Amino acid sequence: MTEQTLRNFTLNFGPQHPAAHGVLRMILELDGELVTRVDPHIGLLHRGTEKLIEQKTYLQAVPYFDRLDYVAPMNQEHAYALAVEKLLGITVPRRGQLIRVLYSEIGRLLSHHMNVNTQAMDVGALTPFTWGFEEREKLMVFYERASGSRMHAAYIRPGGVHQDLPQALIDDIGHFCETHPKVLDNIETLLTGNRIFKQRNVDIGIVSLEDGLKLGFSGVMLRGSGAAWDLRKSQPYECYSELDFDIPIGKNGDNYDRYLIRVQEMRESVKIMKQCVSMLLSSAGAGAITSDDGKVVPPKRPEMKRTMEGMINHFKLYTEGYKVPAGEVYCAVEAPKGEFGVYLVSDGSNKPYRCRLRTPGFAHLQAMDFMCRGHQLADVSAVLGSLDIVFGEVDR
Amino acid sequence: MAMTDLAALGANIQAKLAGAVMATSISYGELTLQADAARIIEVLKFLHDDADCRFVSFIDICGADYPEREKRFDVVYHLLSPYKNTRIRVKVQVDEAGEVPSAVEVFPAADWFEREVYDLYGVVFSGHPDLRRILTDYGFSGHPLRKDFPVTGYVEVRYDDEKKRVVYEPVKLVQEMRQFDYLSPWEGAEYILPGDEKAKKQ
Repeated sequence: MTEQTLRNFTLNFGPQHPAAHGVLRMILELDGELVTRVDPHIGLLHRGTEKLIEQKTYLQAVPYFDRLDYVAPMNQEHAYALAVEKLLGITVPRRGQLIRVLYSEIGRLLSHHMNVNTQAMDVGALTPFTWGFEEREKLMVFYERASGSRMHAAYIRPGGVHQDLPQALIDDIGHFCETHPKVLDNIETLLTGNRIFKQRNVDIGIVSLEDGLKLGFSGVMLRGSGAAWDLRKSQPYECYSELDFDIPIGKNGDNYDRYLIRVQEMRESVKIMKQCVSMLLSSAGAGAITSDDGKVVPPKRPEMKRTMEGMINHFKLYTEGYKVPAGEVYCAVEAPKGEFGVYLVSDGSNKPYRCRLRTPGFAHLQAMDFMCRGHQLADVSAVLGSLDIVFGEVDR
Repeated sequence: MAMTDLAALGANIQAKLAGAVMATSISYGELTLQADAARIIEVLKFLHDDADCRFVSFIDICGADYPEREKRFDVVYHLLSPYKNTRIRVKVQVDEAGEVPSAVEVFPAADWFEREVYDLYGVVFSGHPDLRRILTDYGFSGHPLRKDFPVTGYVEVRYDDEKKRVVYEPVKLVQEMRQFDYLSPWEGAEYILPGDEKAKKQ
């Protein structure tokens, strides 16, 4: 028998691969079927968002946030609005807060449905995808009815939200909350106990809590490893401290635990949405949706149309914008994928001097090498799906 | 965490790290440390290990550019202590030729974040295991988030049908890049009206 030299195999995964969840290029070094090194090449969707935001006024910067994690757009806007409000020192009235929380949770449902069902598709289950996307469609209609846009909403703005919700929309969201748990039950019957799904996910991509903290994990990735940490509970913003909901926590830190947490979080989100709807319908939830600070919030449409002062105010706010006092803040929200933070530096002008976007996906994708080493090649896409990566936010 | 606790924490850190931490400040309820770039590892290690701090959760490293300063770049570290439920910001200053020691040994997650700061600002992290560009194109030159880098960039790409490949060309704009300056003419903006430049010379 002739002597053969063995060598490692280098595989180019992506940038156009259905399981790459966008435009990810990974250089995989393989020893047979085993992965020995992963080198993700990102930046194929880099649009220079941080640079562009520096060129725009504070209000004009809002739509860029929809284009980061485009699966749950309003959660990003929320972090930005909180940062600008912190610098300006304004507070949002109760109804505005309730609407923000309601739509943040809709965003969480949107994101988790996308992730759970496409991850299931990565490991071979097609049906949950079709069921979950039907629900996403309904949720995007709620986005559209509030903001006029299915995805790029620009709805949560510094000072409040753009427009009030019509009564019929609140009723329909309430009705959705009644029917949605049934869909989650159906999806769970297909996945949770499914032998193939468990074989592909249990004990795959295990991260211990210690490693998770070292790797800069946040959100579901950290909770899957057993950390009782959720910014909605530990550093509550808006009216989350008054709402009743639980934080599911995993034990093993594997793909399957993260899947279970996401499904449970969807149930909790529905619970939060129900509470928001009932509060919006009660007298406590009535009133203004934006701050009454005329230096930041433009006048209402009728006032703008009928009074000269209103029109001048409106014109100045939409051209010159408002000036934000000099200073720097860091504001974070519990976005569906983890901690989304905005580090905003103002120099006192009408444009942000520096707007740093701390996106959870960037830190999570970095861990691909750590998580995939020693796994089979087929596990790479299962782990990648479980990380919940959206390239809009990784590449910015 | 209450304001007084935060002030006490800041004073405590500064006392224990005399020399490495130059100043502490609290604004908008956030604690900021101004640290010496050369001793940043010592500071981060202390924040990570000290029983009163336990800033074990890595949040972010980012850069910021202040071209008018002598040391033009800020490298800003954000850390979180889940045990004390508090956040901290550490800032170091560095000039174009300077280097910042890499934080990868303390926080392995710093790897990509430092690569990003290097890519976008050109700040070099000494001791980083793999300091490559991360977000910009293969073969990109320049550091796009610097204030003196134009928004339009310098090169554009298109597919050349004759060469059957993507080609890079100097950026050509059909109309000049419009920089809208909406600041009120009474404050800030300086407009030179046609004819005004002659009036000044007299």
